[in-house]
Amino acid sequence: MAAYLIRRLVQSALILLGVSFITFFLLYVLPADPVRQIAGRSATAETVENIRQQLGLDRPFVVQYARYMGGLVQGDMGRSYLQKTQVAELIWSRLPATLLLMAGAIICELLLGLTMGIVAALRRGRALDQTLMIISFVTVSAPQFVVSLLLLYVFAVRLGWFPIGGYGTFAHLVLPALTLGILGSGWYSRMMRSSMIDVLRADYIRTARAKGLTRARIVLRHALPNAILPVIAMIGIDIGIFMGGIVVVESVFGWPGIGQLAWQAIQRVDIPIIMGVTLVSACAIVLGNLLADLIAPLIDPRIRLR
Amino acid sequence: MKKLLASTAVLLALALPGAAQDYTPDPAAKPGGTITITYKDDVATLDPAIGYDWQNWSMIKSLFDGLMDYVPGTTTLRPGLAESYEISEDGLVYTFKLRPGVKFHNGREMTAEDVKYSLDRVTNPETQSPGAGFFGAIAGFENAGPGGLSGVEVVDPLTVRITLSRPDATFLHVMALNFASVVPKEAVEEAGADFGKKPVGTGAYRLAEWTLGQRLVFEKNADYWRPGVPFLDSIVFEVGQEPVVALLRLQKGEVDVPGDGIPPAKFTEVMNDPAQAARVVVGGQLHTGYITLNVTLPPFDKLEVRKAINMAINKDRIIQIINGRAVPANQPLPPSMPGYTEGYAGYPYDPEGAKKLLADAGLADGFETELYVMNTDPNPRIAQAIQQDLAAIGIKANIQNLAQANVIEAGGAGTAPMIWSGGMAWIADFPDPSNFYGPILGCAGAGEGGWNWSKFCDPALDAKAVEADSMFDPARSADRLKLWSDIYMGVMEQAPWVPVFNEERYTMKSERMGGEDALYVDPVSIPVNYDYVWVKQ
Repeated sequence: MAAYLIRRLVQSALILLGVSFITFFLLYVLPADPVRQIAGRSATAETVENIRQQLGLDRPFVVQYARYMGGLVQGDMGRSYLQKTQVAELIWSRLPATLLLMAGAIICELLLGLTMGIVAALRRGRALDQTLMIISFVTVSAPQFVVSLLLLYVFAVRLGWFPIGGYGTFAHLVLPALTLGILGSGWYSRMMRSSMIDVLRADYIRTARAKGLTRARIVLRHALPNAILPVIAMIGIDIGIFMGGIVVVESVFGWPGIGQLAWQAIQRVDIPIIMGVTLVSACAIVLGNLLADLIAPLIDPRIRLR
Repeated sequence: MKKLLASTAVLLALALPGAAQDYTPDPAAKPGGTITITYKDDVATLDPAIGYDWQNWSMIKSLFDGLMDYVPGTTTLRPGLAESYEISEDGLVYTFKLRPGVKFHNGREMTAEDVKYSLDRVTNPETQSPGAGFFGAIAGFENAGPGGLSGVEVVDPLTVRITLSRPDATFLHVMALNFASVVPKEAVEEAGADFGKKPVGTGAYRLAEWTLGQRLVFEKNADYWRPGVPFLDSIVFEVGQEPVVALLRLQKGEVDVPGDGIPPAKFTEVMNDPAQAARVVVGGQLHTGYITLNVTLPPFDKLEVRKAINMAINKDRIIQIINGRAVPANQPLPPSMPGYTEGYAGYPYDPEGAKKLLADAGLADGFETELYVMNTDPNPRIAQAIQQDLAAIGIKANIQNLAQANVIEAGGAGTAPMIWSGGMAWIADFPDPSNFYGPILGCAGAGEGGWNWSKFCDPALDAKAVEADSMFDPARSADRLKLWSDIYMGVMEQAPWVPVFNEERYTMKSERMGGEDALYVDPVSIPVNYDYVWVKQ
C-alpha cells in the first residue's frame, strides 16, 4: 500500500510537471503578446521593450520556464501582469467558492442521478425507465448556458424563489449547483442503472428475495452498496469535468470562482494567472483520480492496489 | 512694452479660475442613498497609473483627482486640484497653483511634492504604466526613471512648474487623464505592488471594501474639496455579472446601472417597451469603428483599391446588425469630437463605381484576401456583411475569426491585410482630435507592434500634426481645429481606413436615479459620472 501510494504520488508529480511544461509552452508560442496587453495601445516601442525586459519575457523559453518553476517550488506563483496582485492571493480568494459549488453540484448530481438510475433499473424496460433515460440523454447533451439561463429565469426571475445570481448564502448556491447537478446527473443515472441491473441479477439478491425480505430492504441494504461502487469511482473523474465546465455556470450566476478568473485571464493573456489556475485545476483532477483509486479497495476488498 | 502687454493678456486669459466654466449640480439633488452597478469582468486595478479598462476608468476618476478635470457631462476642461494655471508665452512652461487644504483619504494634506511624485511615478518605466507615453512632452521624459522628471519642479508647497521640451496643445487634457492623478507617496510605498487594491486619493469617494471577484464598495468622502458633492453615501460595484442577468436584476429593482449596457440580444425588447425605453439615456461617444487596409501589402498599396473598398461597404446595413446603435461614419473623427469636418460626404456607397476603380487598378477579376476580426458578437456578423459587400465587387475575403489579443498581434505585426476594428476600435482617451491620429494613423504607430494597423505613414501629414499640436495658444484654437480637419481630410484622400460607424451610448438606469441625462452619457466618465448623480428617496 505504501509503495503504491509513493508510486502514485511520483506519477502525479510527473503529470503536473508535464502539464506545467505544456501549458507554459503553449502560452509561449501563442501568437499574442502579453506585453502589448500590459503596455496598452498608446505605448511607445521603448515602453514595450522595457516592460518585456522587466518581466523577463525577452529571455529564451527554457530560462523563462526555469524561472517560473523555481518560483513555484518556493510557493511563489508570481504576480498577475495586469492586476499586479499575487496570483496565489487571487486564486486563494476564489477557491472556496469553486469548491463549495463543486460540493453542492456533486450532491445534486448524486441525489438526482442515483435516484433516477435506481428507479430506472427497478422499472427496466417500462415507460418510466425509457422516459428517465431520455431525460438523462437530454441533460448530458444540453448546453450549460441555456440550462443556467432557463433555471435563472424560471426560479429566480419569474418565481422569485432564489436570488438572481451572486454569492454568500445557501439560497445563492442552489441554482448554480442544481444546474451543474442536472447536467451531470445523466452520467450517474446511466451508470447507476446498468450497475444496479447487474447486481439485481446476482445470486445473493435472489437468495435475499427467497428469504422473504421486503423489496425496499433488498434494494437499499443488499443491492445498493454493491451497485454504487463504480459510481463512486466516477466522482474522482467528475472533478476533472467540473474544472472544465464550471466557467460558464460561474459566469452566468456571477459565482466568484476560479473559472471566472481563468476566463478573464485568457482573454487578456495574463500568463501568471492562466498558469496558476491550470496548475490548481490539474492538481484537483490528479488528486480526484488518486482518491477514487484509494477509496475503491475500501469499498470493495476484491480490489487490491499494487 | 507692447509685447509685455500682449503676453500679460495671454496669461490672464489662461489663468482664469474655475468660476467661469464651472458647473452647478442639480438643485433638486438630495444627498444619501446607495446605488448598485454591475460588471461582467472583474476590476483589475484601481491604481491610476495602471488602470486603462473602461470599467475602472470612471471608478478611478471618483477615487482620485488630477490637476485638471472636465465639466460634468461635457468635454470642456476645468481646473481640478489646480486652482489656476499659467502658460508661458512660448507654451513651454505651465505653472499650476494648487488648491489649498485638499486632503487625501488618509487625512494628510496634498502638496506640490505629491504632484511631482505622481508624475515621476507614472513616467518611471518601473511602474509599467500604459499611459506613460502621454507625458512625452515633459522635459526629461527620455531619461525618466527612479530619479524623476527634470521638467517637473516644486516651486513652493502649493505651486508646481512643469517645463515641456516642445509645445503641446493637448497638455491640459493630458493633465486631466487618470494617469496624471495625484497619489500620496507614503500610501503607494506602503502598499507597494498592491496599491491598485488599496487606493488612496483625494477623490469624491474612498474605497471601503473590496472582496476579490465579488464586490467593491465606495464610500462618500465627507472631506471632499468640492463643496456639496458627491450626493451618494456609497456605491456598490458587483462584478462577475452577465449583462443579461444584470438586466433582469435591473427590472427587479436590484441594480441601478448595468455597467456593460444593454445586451445586444435584449436591445430590441428593451427599446420596444415604453416603460423600459424611458429609462435609457442615449448619447454620443468619442468612438469610431473602422476597417484598416494595410497599405504595405499588395494590392492595398494601390490607392484605387482602397477607394474601391471604401465605396463597396454598405454602412447602413452594418448598422442594422447592431440594432441601429450607431451612425454611419465618413471620416476618422466622430461627430462629437472638435475638429470634425462638417459637410464632408465621404466616399459614397457605389459598388458599380468600386468595380470600375478595381478595373482601373488592373484587378477587374478581383482578388483574394483576409479579413481579421475579433471573435465576440456582433463582430463576426459584421465581418460577414463586409465579406458579402466585398464579394459583390469581386473581392473574396476570408474571415480570420480570432481572440482579441491575436488580432492585435497580427495588426501590430502588419501581417493582416484587413482588420475590422470592432471590440478594439478607437475610443478617445481625451476629447481632442490629436488623440485619433498619432497612435492609429501617424508614423509613430506604424512600426512593429503599433496600433496603426494600416501601417499608413505620410510624413507630410505627420509634420502638419506636429504643427497643430504646437498651437498651444487657446486664441488660435479655431485655426488648430481647422488644421486637424485638413489632416483628416488628407487621410481620407489616401483612404487607409474605411470609417464604418460611430457608436452611440445607451445607458440604462433604474427609476430612482436622479440627475440630468448628460451625466449618464458623460463623454469622460463611463458609464456614469458618479460624483454628481443622486437617488430619489
